[in-house]
Amino acid sequence: MIKPMVMTKESPFTPSMMESMKKLEATREKRLQSEPKRMSADEKRALLDEFHPDYGDKGFAKIEIGPNAGEKAPKELTALLHSKSRISGLDLDLDKIEFDTDVLIIGGGGAGASAAIKAHKAGCNVMIVTKLRMGDSNSMMAEGGIQASDKENDSPMQHYLDAMGGGHYYNKPELLRRLVMDGAKSIQWLEGLGVLFDKHEDGTMITFPGGGLSRKRLHACADYTGAEITRVLRDEVQNLGINIVDYTAAIELILDKDGNAAGAVLENMLTGEYLVARAKTVVIATGGAGRMHYHGFPTTNHYGATADGLVMAYRAGCNLLYQDTIQYHPTGTAYPVQLFGALVTEKVRAVGANLINVNGDAFVHHLETRDVAASAIIRECHANNLGVDIPGGAGVWLDTPMIDMIHGDGKIASALPGMLRMFMNYGIDMRKTPVLVYPSFHYQNGGIEIEADGNTSHIPNLFVAGEAVGGIHGRNRLLGNSMLDVVVFGRLAGQSAAKVAKSTKIGSLTLDHVKCYENQIASAGLDTGEASPILLPKYARDVNADKLK
Amino acid sequence: MQEMANVYFDGKHYQVPSDLTIMTAMEYAGYQLVRGCGCRHGFCGACGAIYRLKGETRPHFSLACQTKVEEGMYVATLPFFPLNNKNYNIEETKPTDQVMMEIFPEIYACVGCNACTKSCSRGLNTMQYIAYAKRGDYEKCATASFDCVACGICSARCPANISHCLVGLLARRLTGKYIMPPADHTAKRAIDIAAGKFDADMATLMAKPKEEIKELYDNREIEK
Ligand SMILES: Cc1cc2nc3c(=O)[nH]c(=O)nc-3n(C[C@H](O)[C@H](O)[C@H](O)COP(=O)(O)OP(=O)(O)OC[C@H]3O[C@@H](n4cnc5c(N)ncnc54)[C@H](O)[C@@H]3O)c2cc1C
Ligand code: FES
Repeated sequence: MIKPMVMTKESPFTPSMMESMKKLEATREKRLQSEPKRMSADEKRALLDEFHPDYGDKGFAKIEIGPNAGEKAPKELTALLHSKSRISGLDLDLDKIEFDTDVLIIGGGGAGASAAIKAHKAGCNVMIVTKLRMGDSNSMMAEGGIQASDKENDSPMQHYLDAMGGGHYYNKPELLRRLVMDGAKSIQWLEGLGVLFDKHEDGTMITFPGGGLSRKRLHACADYTGAEITRVLRDEVQNLGINIVDYTAAIELILDKDGNAAGAVLENMLTGEYLVARAKTVVIATGGAGRMHYHGFPTTNHYGATADGLVMAYRAGCNLLYQDTIQYHPTGTAYPVQLFGALVTEKVRAVGANLINVNGDAFVHHLETRDVAASAIIRECHANNLGVDIPGGAGVWLDTPMIDMIHGDGKIASALPGMLRMFMNYGIDMRKTPVLVYPSFHYQNGGIEIEADGNTSHIPNLFVAGEAVGGIHGRNRLLGNSMLDVVVFGRLAGQSAAKVAKSTKIGSLTLDHVKCYENQIASAGLDTGEASPILLPKYARDVNADKLK
Repeated sequence: MQEMANVYFDGKHYQVPSDLTIMTAMEYAGYQLVRGCGCRHGFCGACGAIYRLKGETRPHFSLACQTKVEEGMYVATLPFFPLNNKNYNIEETKPTDQVMMEIFPEIYACVGCNACTKSCSRGLNTMQYIAYAKRGDYEKCATASFDCVACGICSARCPANISHCLVGLLARRLTGKYIMPPADHTAKRAIDIAAGKFDADMATLMAKPKEEIKELYDNREIEK
């Protein structure tokens, strides 16, 4: 059923790409019989030190104010933290309350939806505000799968060990414990809601291997895992009658006089109207930051991934953890230009596709962790000069035809329908030709620090879940652990927020913390000329740029 | 010189580089999108776009983020279509023969015009999956509708007022929850964890110094 939508008579590849592809095809037979060498721990260390964007100082700037003052962050994030509020100088009347609720959830992705369902089930009045439409989120895009140690040869300890090593031993132990111990329960919860997991006839989950995983632990729904999970969660939220307010961004947290989180200032994305939401507890589930394009990288993320939650929470006094570490997905699409940055799911590597340089050589084991694989590609392209030329840069091959050769014809069509379709739109049949990839900004490893109940330590009644959290995954997240974290910590935040809401009495509302933060900006002499959070990246071309003298 | 294409957004003419998608071409034209843009990579269905090429009678149906502009393209976007959401309780909704009749009776008014299939931005056989739902074959409906991104274009075209994507979603939820056998090993693991079966081993592992955990990690056996 999948057919090319744009028919190209000539090959979609350039002559130099075709030439390199011949070399790749020449080595394929031999590569199918063997496995590329794995790197030693020391080799990996050296590679990361030299080539991973996190490990240098370039592209970073020091945070000057707030709880993380003195630490570094990508310069785009630092600029957000050094910017004024969107309501700077406005005297908003906090007594004009538009929404009054028990639990306010900011963000309509997987974490927000999970939290909403749990808080609702706990008997609370719940409301979700989300910037675009409910479900428009990174959660909708997860392709590869979701981890959980539910097989006989696996255990929560094994899962813990993989994630700890993958995270370079920086994971907060109690949070990681929660992640792995709640794995099976979370998958079962999703199954009970009707998520269509890939299963054998008898109901046994089909589980896949993946970079950095010592067991086949990745559960999937074809290559639409996130879409399948998110649309089911969204449907459940709707069916439960939870109040969803679309196209509405939270732009500042509101505290009460005692310093507890007590709501948020909202902005209608379509009309610009400000609205006050008052709540007994608040859950931040605003996701990642890919659209900030740290270090100039393209991104796999959705349109609204602009670190808003981090900015709001920081202004209110929360500290960030590992805000300087970003996950670059090794296989973002490098070609054609229309797909630049779009994810080629890790499952493609998991089922055997090699990473190949311009000469047709496998330069890194395809199952290395993401940071190692991404760094190896950057080294291959920029230090070894063995990348394949693409318009405006370089990329490497991902040898996708190997997949059907290893697993039998039809494997790509059944296991990777989304990928097949994506490239087919541009006349590239990944069953027959390899595809070109280059690292893309994929995941914000760091975020707002939380404690064991999903609560922040600095602001009572404030909870965080999902990609906005820092600490669960240390300094590098393993594939499939984020969708799990979204469900585990989403549910946890919902439960905790509901519990606390029951005994909360809200004091009078204030935005003094915003004024106070702006005073710090002023005394430090910082002025970016911009307001934050930015809510959406500015992609509109400046149509008057060449009209002015 | 970059090759340019003449396109029309909401009837208004713009010249845009011809290698852009409809979405990036709108941004090139100067639109700062708020509606009609979500994932930007073909998953969320926020960017349904209907276009007609100059001189053609038949409109085309696509996702703006996944479709290259073409010369003489007249584009309208469909950021939202009011679907007929039904608040069913999945715990009480069973995969019986009547369930579709109870929740989405309009599917039985399908006139077989095939407008839904012809307008699917993902190339799905939509009318077929509705037919599966009608005759209670929920598993087949689930598979056939799996790639649906709920852009809503088919529902905008349907003379029988069907909310196709919601029908597919119900069929998938019924299949996932009731029709496919449950994963016993997952349930068993959840019970064992709740019973504290792993607590001691977990505590021992967590208590180890970093060097020892590192040692375990570096030498762990990797399942082939
Ligand atoms: C292409 C892609 C593939 C991935 N594949 C996998 C995978 O296979 N396995 C895996 O485990 N992980 C994967 N991930 C990572 C994972 O999907 C995300 O980390 C996770 O879904 C984040 O969920 P979340 O709910 O925290 O955030 P999101 O799902 O991004 O949701 C955040 C929500 O908050 C909203 N929002 C943001 N700011 C505001 C504001 N100011 N006010 C109101 N609302 C706001 C957003 O619009 C959005 O709806 C992938 C990510 C991407 C981008
Ligand atoms: S923006 Fe999500 S499908 Fe196009």
